Amino acid sequence: MSEQTITRQELPSPRYEYGGDDWVFVELDEAMSFDANFKAQAITQEIRQNSLEGLVEVAPSNASYLIQFDPAVLHPDELIEELKSLEDEIDVSDYQWEARVFDIPVFYDDPWTHDTLMDFRERHQDPDATDLEYSAELNGFDSVEAFVDHHSGAPHMVTMIGFVPGLPFCFQMVPRDEQIEVPKYEQPRTATPSRAIGFGGAFTAIYPVPGAGGYQLYGRTPVEVLDVDQELSAFEESMVLPNPGDILNFRQIDREEYDAIREEVEDGSYEYNYDRVDFEPQAFFEDPDGYNERLLEVLE
Amino acid sequence: MRILDGGLVTTVQDTGRHGHYHIGMPPSGAMDQFAHKVGNWLVGNDESDATLEMTYMGADVEFEDDAVFAVTGAEMEPTLEDEPVPMWTAVQADAGDTLSLEFATEGARTYLAVAGGVDIVPVMGSRSTYTLIGIGGHEGRSLEAGDELPIGEPSADVDDVIGNSIDEADRPDYSTNEINVVMGLCDYRLTDEGRQRFLDADWKVSDEADRVGYRFEGPDIRDMFEEREQPFGAGTDVTNVVDLGYPVGSIQMAGQPIILMRDAVTGGGYTTVGTIVSPDRGALSQCRTHSTVDFNAVDVEEALEIRRERDELLTDIQESL
Repeated sequence: MSEQTITRQELPSPRYEYGGDDWVFVELDEAMSFDANFKAQAITQEIRQNSLEGLVEVAPSNASYLIQFDPAVLHPDELIEELKSLEDEIDVSDYQWEARVFDIPVFYDDPWTHDTLMDFRERHQDPDATDLEYSAELNGFDSVEAFVDHHSGAPHMVTMIGFVPGLPFCFQMVPRDEQIEVPKYEQPRTATPSRAIGFGGAFTAIYPVPGAGGYQLYGRTPVEVLDVDQELSAFEESMVLPNPGDILNFRQIDREEYDAIREEVEDGSYEYNYDRVDFEPQAFFEDPDGYNERLLEVLE
Repeated sequence: MRILDGGLVTTVQDTGRHGHYHIGMPPSGAMDQFAHKVGNWLVGNDESDATLEMTYMGADVEFEDDAVFAVTGAEMEPTLEDEPVPMWTAVQADAGDTLSLEFATEGARTYLAVAGGVDIVPVMGSRSTYTLIGIGGHEGRSLEAGDELPIGEPSADVDDVIGNSIDEADRPDYSTNEINVVMGLCDYRLTDEGRQRFLDADWKVSDEADRVGYRFEGPDIRDMFEEREQPFGAGTDVTNVVDLGYPVGSIQMAGQPIILMRDAVTGGGYTTVGTIVSPDRGALSQCRTHSTVDFNAVDVEEALEIRRERDELLTDIQESL
């Protein structure tokens, strides 16, 4: 890893857009950056604590956010005025939040996602390579091993939850020039195993349930990110594991460890390794490597 | 109430599971909220009580106790013990009676409201079925023959509601296919000419039209887009954006336009170009496969006016009952 800092991004003027009569969508930037995401998280956390009546849904996304409201109570222009004043007030570098840091064991190049990706080669940019081989080469790595070491070598921030319940979009906590970037499948697959680790654009996703998907497939985790019956202890408060603003650390495991963890997850006894930290954007921006190292100490 | 035949797709629904969009949870709930609410009011229920939503082909149910019910939404020629009963009307059934519904002759979705409501345990504040992850409703799934659904305690004045009916003029016309849309969200990705072509085109509802979304068939969408150097994180395809939230009712350009409905995927990486005005989401849910939809662009004030008119009609109906 380098000794770089995270270069701050100057954000353009946000786009405030009406979604019919009952939604407002705000795009902070067309491109992904920590600045855009942290601003989306900060504004949505503030508006939730605000006493504005008529809010129905408040959902941060990667470089944007979405709000649903009751137009009988709140006019969209009134909401947009409030959002604009929050946008002016909030300085991302001062903003802090309590994040949970999770250990997420990953069996990279596992047999299940391998079978799936081989079934859909005709929908892929490079039918003669695996998704890992294609991604490694495209990002200038000498080998799949080096690529996997990079993906699991620094933690990832959960920058959005969505598509389906509990699916985290994760953005690796490294400077822009160390970010992996990979296209999505040319045609989406009709199948993806549950708990698959996928990658598209600049984001890692964990698929909570089997279904369609367009992200490159890298591996599978034995742990759940969605537990509808809330049987595992980490799901006591919610049926989804991470929230936006939480941090996931992908740790390489082999088949033996995968099977052992899976058994504990299935019998309901698995204890997730996680802890809480106060996340400080400014400290992270100044020294991402050192900051990440300190973050991961809570997992030891 | 016992299900004798589940029809094509019949689920328990209510006004929805709100406040969880940020964890990827769509609201679910009745696709046609007008028909759902009016059905409930006809039988003396609260609008948030649970009804059965039937799609294209109705269910057959047996009432195990005396009951008061109303059938609203798409015309499904209901019969009680083989005798025709009117739609949009509160009807009394005796214990042991069978209610049968046929294929929808106009519209696509029909609601069965029973006085007292379907009384199952709510999940995250709602009884709505969300089949993708199997929560809400009856075991999180569509109803099948043999399922038994408990019915709640009817309101005190249930005997007074029998015969209640909605004026013909206040019943929706499910043959109109004009759908009002507020263009916006990421429609800056379309050229001016592309946006116009999108609005002018005849869009046909495809076979892939369900509670998650309605996919349309029509002209090629790719050449409606403005070329650009793709921003960091968006992916390489011209229709890709950095993954973002999709409003319920929004139009996403994923190969073909898809309008997201109440079991929506809550976000993703396809360009969204506009949002259907809220009352028209219910109207769209009554548009049948292979019918053609005409998108009419309105501004936000017109959209709010359409919503106000709908709310006033609902208030008038509620007060008349």
